[in-house]
Amino acid sequence: MRGRIIVEGEAEGYVVKCAKPVVVLGDINEKEGTACGKKIAGKVFVFPRGAGSTVGSYTIYGLRYYGKAPVAMILQEAEPIVAAGAIIAEIPTVDKIDISLLQEGDLVKIKGNVVEVISSHPQK
Amino acid sequence: MHLTKDEERILEGEYGESLRMMMSILVKIGEIYNADRLIPIASAQISGVSYNTIGDHGLHFLRSLRGVKVKVPTTLNPLAFDKRYVDLLKVSEEMLEKQGKIIKAYVNMGIRPTATCTPYYFDNIPKFGQHIAWAESSAVIYANSIIGARTNREGAVTALAAAIIGKAPNYGLHLEEERKATHIVALDFEPKGEEYPLVGLAIGERISGIPYLRITGDEDDFKLMGAAMAASGSIPMYHVEGYTPEYRNALNDDVERIFIERDELDYFREEIDVELIAIGCPHVSAVELRRIAEFVKNKKKKKDIELWVFAAKSVRQRFSEWVRIIEDFGAKVMEDTCVVVSNAGRLYRRIGTTSGKAAFYLSKEKFGGCEVVVKDLYTLLRSVVE
Repeated sequence: MRGRIIVEGEAEGYVVKCAKPVVVLGDINEKEGTACGKKIAGKVFVFPRGAGSTVGSYTIYGLRYYGKAPVAMILQEAEPIVAAGAIIAEIPTVDKIDISLLQEGDLVKIKGNVVEVISSHPQK
Repeated sequence: MHLTKDEERILEGEYGESLRMMMSILVKIGEIYNADRLIPIASAQISGVSYNTIGDHGLHFLRSLRGVKVKVPTTLNPLAFDKRYVDLLKVSEEMLEKQGKIIKAYVNMGIRPTATCTPYYFDNIPKFGQHIAWAESSAVIYANSIIGARTNREGAVTALAAAIIGKAPNYGLHLEEERKATHIVALDFEPKGEEYPLVGLAIGERISGIPYLRITGDEDDFKLMGAAMAASGSIPMYHVEGYTPEYRNALNDDVERIFIERDELDYFREEIDVELIAIGCPHVSAVELRRIAEFVKNKKKKKDIELWVFAAKSVRQRFSEWVRIIEDFGAKVMEDTCVVVSNAGRLYRRIGTTSGKAAFYLSKEKFGGCEVVVKDLYTLLRSVVE
């Protein structure tokens, strides 16, 4: 799949997915490295878009600051909260991806604007 | 998006990592919204000030921008306390220290520590037609609607990036055609008193876009209405026929219509025994401050109700005689903070206010989960005098 680069980079990891827009300041716990109750630290965090207070960009930076950042983020559509947060936290990020094609537990590789599913989660 | 040679050099890192990062934020946001280029801005207003919301990580980020300076006059949103009232507001030692460091980091970048959500009164006054990059939703909607300056609803980080580069991506409300009304809002009544902020809350809940209203009112009525619709919705601008500067060209054929009935304005109206009356969300104007001073002058305050008024430092200092009258009455006139971002919502359970925005936030668990009633200024003032 090809998307649009928000932050250029290369990463590989397992998908953790939130199906609903993520209220960044509220749904993400930057000290624990969780989002919507699920661990995103070291994972590929997949969600449709960010929402809520624009101070949320600092929350994404917080994930990096506390060593709990995801290895990459994949979105349906980036908006200023997530885009600015991803840039200052330097988390490889791609948007304009049909996230319905990515399932929890899939192993994916991100390189530039290309997202490749290396292996699908066996229980799919 | 077209970039000048100089902008490209910044983006390639020739002027250092911090500037490269700030430029890449503006360019990415521009690409997301199909901006054709960056345009110079006249000023910026920065949110992301309170240690409660940005934390140690926010402080760390701001300090990592050492050596970077803003290119345009830039002012700052309110913080968690007025330093003269740290005991009353139950401000911890840690909060005091960390908040001080955040302010210092901003000051080191050349940002003025105005700590107000109403920079448009004295500290940072935009002109009609000027492009600006403001965060703080109530100031954005005021600047676009009442003044006719042009800003998108910037975020904490995008406004900072725009201030440092001195430019913003040219999309959204920077463009003439994006400033037209999307909805005509018809009311079955002529609003008065607290109905302005309550109409604002209702509009924010019902629509997303730019409403057009046929109502009368004054600058303070519309300030409260706009702040409420920017809080309950993501509305960046409105037009009032015969009042706001761009209403003449605001209507075209594909505008939608919505109706709001007086009966619908049923939130925050239940009578409660208030413990605190909070005025100044957004911070009070000189007129609001004068009205309060004239009303409470030589009157006696009820012992069991507190009256807190929140103002910009610049307003508090300019009108110190009115402040003295209000404080002699037994009320507090606080600067640098407000009822939402201070601990007020955790110190008092039942709050009366003129502000639909304050009611919207204070009733939420995160800000204290208070019982709130919205009333007009004089009704609230009558309830606090003996």
